[in-house]
Amino acid sequence: MSLRDIISPFYVWKRAFSKPFTTKKPLSDRPGAPRYRGFHKNDLNKCIGCGTCETICQNEAIDLVPVPGIETTLEDSGLRPRIDYGRCCWCALCVDICTTDSLTMSNEYVWIDADADVFRFVPGYDEKEWQHQDRGYRRSEEYRLLHPQRTDMKMLDPVTGVGSFLEIVQGYSREQAIREAMRCVDCGICVASCPAHMDIPDYIRAIRNDDLEEGLRLLYQTNPLPGVCGRICTHRCEEVCSLGVKGEPIAIRWLKRYIVDQVESSSFRDILQQEFVPNGKKVAVIGAGPGGLSAAYYLNRMGYSVTIYEKYPLPGGMLRYGVPEYRLPYDQLDKDISYLLTLGIILERDKQVGKDIGFQDIYQQYDAIFFSTGLSVSYKLEIPGEELPGVIPGLQILAEVTQGLKPVIGRQVAVIGGGNVAMDAARTCRRLGADVTVVYRRREEDMPADREEIEEAKSEGVKFIIQAIPVKISRSSAGKLEFFWNEATMVSQGEGQRPRPEAIPGAVRQLEVDTLIPAIGQGSDLAFLSEDRQNQIEFRKYKVKVDYLGQTSDPRIFAGGDIVNPTADAISAIADGYRAASGIDKFLRK
Amino acid sequence: MWEGDRSKFPEIIDGKPVIDLDSQKYVKIWQGPQHPGVTGNIALEVTLCGDEVVDLKTHVGYLHRGFEKLLERRTWMQGFTIVCRICVPEPDTNEYLFAAGVEELSGITVPAKAEWIRTLTLEMARLASFLMWLGGQAAAFGMGTVGQWTVAHRDFLLDIFEELSGGRIYHMYIVPGGVRADLPKGLDRRLEDVLKKIEILLKDVDRVLFNNAIFKLRSRGLGIVTRDMVDSYGVVGPVARAAGLARDLRKDHPYLVYEKLDFDIITATGSDAFTRAQVRFKEMYQCIDLIRQILSRMPDSGDFYTPVPNVLHWKIPAGATFVQAEASRGEYGYYMVSDGTAYPRRIAVRGPSYSHAIALLQKLAINTNIADLAGLMVSLQTCPPEIER
Ligand SMILES: Cc1cc2nc3c(=O)[nH]c(=O)nc-3n(C[C@H](O)[C@H](O)[C@H](O)COP(=O)(O)OP(=O)(O)OC[C@H]3O[C@@H](n4cnc5c(N)ncnc54)[C@H](O)[C@@H]3O)c2cc1C
Ligand code: SF4
Repeated sequence: MSLRDIISPFYVWKRAFSKPFTTKKPLSDRPGAPRYRGFHKNDLNKCIGCGTCETICQNEAIDLVPVPGIETTLEDSGLRPRIDYGRCCWCALCVDICTTDSLTMSNEYVWIDADADVFRFVPGYDEKEWQHQDRGYRRSEEYRLLHPQRTDMKMLDPVTGVGSFLEIVQGYSREQAIREAMRCVDCGICVASCPAHMDIPDYIRAIRNDDLEEGLRLLYQTNPLPGVCGRICTHRCEEVCSLGVKGEPIAIRWLKRYIVDQVESSSFRDILQQEFVPNGKKVAVIGAGPGGLSAAYYLNRMGYSVTIYEKYPLPGGMLRYGVPEYRLPYDQLDKDISYLLTLGIILERDKQVGKDIGFQDIYQQYDAIFFSTGLSVSYKLEIPGEELPGVIPGLQILAEVTQGLKPVIGRQVAVIGGGNVAMDAARTCRRLGADVTVVYRRREEDMPADREEIEEAKSEGVKFIIQAIPVKISRSSAGKLEFFWNEATMVSQGEGQRPRPEAIPGAVRQLEVDTLIPAIGQGSDLAFLSEDRQNQIEFRKYKVKVDYLGQTSDPRIFAGGDIVNPTADAISAIADGYRAASGIDKFLRK
Repeated sequence: MWEGDRSKFPEIIDGKPVIDLDSQKYVKIWQGPQHPGVTGNIALEVTLCGDEVVDLKTHVGYLHRGFEKLLERRTWMQGFTIVCRICVPEPDTNEYLFAAGVEELSGITVPAKAEWIRTLTLEMARLASFLMWLGGQAAAFGMGTVGQWTVAHRDFLLDIFEELSGGRIYHMYIVPGGVRADLPKGLDRRLEDVLKKIEILLKDVDRVLFNNAIFKLRSRGLGIVTRDMVDSYGVVGPVARAAGLARDLRKDHPYLVYEKLDFDIITATGSDAFTRAQVRFKEMYQCIDLIRQILSRMPDSGDFYTPVPNVLHWKIPAGATFVQAEASRGEYGYYMVSDGTAYPRRIAVRGPSYSHAIALLQKLAINTNIADLAGLMVSLQTCPPEIER
C-alpha cells in the first residue's frame, strides 16, 4: 500500500465531465444497423404463400392467413404470413429459408403501443412505416438454406440417342433421388396444379425416408400409371414449385419414376394389398388408354366388375401408339399396365366398339359406361397436293414404328407443326435415318411443344424453319415432293393475344423432300356412337361435355381423357378416369 | 478470517463446522435470489458468526429454463437460435460450440474465412464479458463508477456485434456450416476505434481500481484457491491460471484459428481475488491484441458458409461428441448425442460456473467477511444462467 493507492482513485473525476455515451430518445439519430433483425417486411407481390417460413419457425410465431386482394392461383396459395411478436424471437430463420426472398426484416428498434393486439400483423399488408425502408436484415447471397440446383439427371448423349430408340432419360440412383427429395420444402403448392392432385410432398418424403413401399402406395392412391407419368408427364406441378421461383424446381416427375423403377413388379400386389369385395355391378370401359385404364382401376378397387373394350391388340392408347419408345420404353409401359391387369380387370382386345360390338349392346349389358377413346384423326393441312403419296400423318408414322413396321420415308423429311406430336415424329424420323426439318407457322417461342423437346430435337440435328405458312404440295419431275411455303411476318393481335402469322406477298419458298409429315393436331372419331347418341350427347368446343363427376348428358354414360379435357395429356386422362370412377360409384349407389 | 479469539466460533469436526442455530450464536441470512450482491439470480444461504461466514450453501434453479430439454424438440438448425440464451454476457461461445458439435457429428467442414470470423466473434465476446465482469468486480467492492464505464464500453462492442450479426445481445450469427454473413465493409475500422476507446478505459481503470487502497485491502487474500484445489474442485479459466496453472484450451487443444495466432497463456501465483482480477485484466489486453491480429491476417475473400443439407429434413448420423472452447470464465463444453434423427437426442452444456458457484464458492466463503462475499463471487466470475441449462 502506498500514498499513490490512496490518491489514484480520485482520478475517476476525469470522466465526470466528459460527454455521456447514452443516446436520447427518439432514436432517430441512432437507427438500427443495416443488418438489424427488427420487425418483418414482406413483399406481397413476390411472396407466393408457400408457408416455408411457418414450417421453420420453432416458436410457431407465423400463421399463414388469407389477405384481401391476394387471389389464390395455381402458383400462389393466396395466403400470407402473419407474425405474432409475442412469440417471435427475431432469429430470422424464416427470412433465411424464404423460397422467394420476399420476406426480410426492418432495422426498427423501437415500437411502443398500449394495444397488445397490434403486435400481431401481416407484414406488407398491415401498413408499417418500415415496410418500404431499405435497411434491415436480409439473407446474404452466399448463405442459403435451400438448394436451388436440381440434381443432375444422366441422359443418353444425342449421338447415341439419335442412333437408337434407347430411353434418353436414365433415371436417378438412390443417392441422387434422396438428394433431390431433400431439396423439397414440403409446401405442397404443387398439389393443386396436378390434374390428379397427387400427394406429391408425401411421396417425396417417402423417398427421403427411403420407404419406397410407402411411396408406391401413395402414388397409386391417385395414379395407376405412375411409371408412365414419371417419364412423360407434362409435369405442371414443376411449373409452380416454390423452389423454381429462385432456382430449379424439384424434379417431381423423375422422383415419381424413381419409386416405380426401384420396386419389382412382382411385389406390387403385396405392397399395394388391394383386396376388395365385389359389389355385383358391371361397368364397361371403351378404350384402354390412360383414361380408360385409370377408370377401370379405381372402379375395380370399389368392387365393380370392369370390362375394357379396346380396338387395338395392345392396351395403352396413345401412350403406346403415339409416344415414342425413347421417351417411354414399351417394357416400362407394360410394367404399369400388366399390374392393373392382374387385378381382375377384363381386357377385350381387338374389339372395336361400333364394329366388333355395338355401343347399344354394351349400353344394355352394363350398369354404366365410361369412354375415353382419344383423338385419333389427324387434322389436314387443307392445301392442294395433300393426297399425294409420300404425305403421311405424324400419328401414322408413330403407330407404324410401334407396330414394328418400318415406315418408308426416304432421306429428306419435313414435319409440319410445332407441338409435341411434331417433335416426336421429327425425332422418330431422325432415328430412322432421315434428315428432318420442322416447319412451323409462328415463332419458336409460340411452339406448343415442351421447351426440352425442342432443345433435344435440335441437339439431335433436327432443323427448324419458322414463320412458314404451308401453301401447296406437288410432285417434282425427279419424283420428289415439292413443298411450297410462304414466309410470314407476325402481326400483333393486341394485348394478351398471340400474334398471328401473315404471308409476305411474293415470298414463297420451296423445300424438296421425300416424305412430308403433317402433325398439326388431331380430332376425335366418335363414329362408334350412333347418330342419335351423338346428337343426344352434348359437346362444347369439339369436346364431349361432362359435369364435375365426368357424367355426360346421358346419366349412364361417363367420359374422359382427350375427348373431354382441353389439356389432352396423360395425367388429365388419368384424373378424368378417377373422377368418372367416383362419379359412377356415386351414380350407381343412388 | 477474524484473527483474534476464535473460541466463539463453531468447532470444526472432520472439516465441518458444528453449528447449533438454537445457541443464538449464529445468524442465518439469505443473500439472493434477488440481490445486488449476487451475480444474476442465485441464492446464497449464509450462516454467520458476527460478520464472518461460517457456512454457506448455494441454491440454484431460479433461472432454470430447460434449454437442454428444449433443444431436444428443435431440429438441428432451429437449435442455434436458442443456445445463445444460455449465457447472456457471452452467447457466442454457445453459438460456436453448438455449431461445432453439429458440424462434427455431421462431418461438415466450414470454410477458412468462417473460422477466422468465428474466432473474431469469440474474442470480441470474451472482451465484452470481461468488461461486464470488471464493472461487477469494482462495484462489489463499492466502486460503482467503474461499472458505468465498462458497461458503456461493452455497449460499443455490442454496436459492432449489431452491425455484424443483426443483434446486440443474442447474435444468432454462428450457424452450423459457418456464419450467416460476411463482415460488413468498414467494420474493421470501426472495431479498431472501439478497441482504442477500451484501451484508454483500461488505463483509467488501472489507475482507479488496481491502484486503489480499498480494492487492494479487500481483494488481497480473499478466496485463495490452492493449487491442489484446482483439480479437486473443477477450477478452470482465469481462476486456475491465477493459481499458477498454465491451462487454456486455446493453447492446449487449439480450435478455430488459435494455432495461427501469437499469444501466451497468462498466469500468476497469488491466487486470491486480486490476482484473479489482474489475470483477467491482462487477458483483456490479450483479447484486444488477438482481435487486431485476426483483423490484419484474416483472408479478405472466400466463402463463409458451407451449405448444409436442407435444414427442414436434416438428419444427423447417430453418434456423440464433446466439443469445448475457452470462454472468458474458462472451459466451456457441449456434449451432444444424435440418434440419427432430425432432432438431437441429448445436449448437455457444461460451463465453469457449475463448479465455481457451487462447490468452490461454498468452500471459499467460509471465514470470509459477509461484506466480501459479493466480491468473492464476482472474482470467480460465476454466471447462474450457465449453471441452469
Ligand atoms: C405422339 C404423342 C405424344 C404424346 N406425348 C405426351 C406426353 O409426352 N405426355 C403426355 O402427358 N401426353 C402425351 N400425349 C397425349 C397422351 O398420349 C394423351 O393425352 C392420352 O393418351 C389420352 O388418353 P385417352 O385415354 O384419352 O386416349 P388414348 O390414349 O388416345 O386412348 C384411347 C384408346 O381408345 C381406343 N379406342 C378408340 N376408339 C375405340 C373404339 N371405338 N373401340 C374400342 N377402342 C377404341 C384406342 O385404340 C386407344 O387405345 C401424346 C400424344 C401423342 C399422340
Ligand atoms: S424471426 Fe424466427 S421466431 Fe420470428 S417469426 Fe421468423 S422464424 Fe419465427
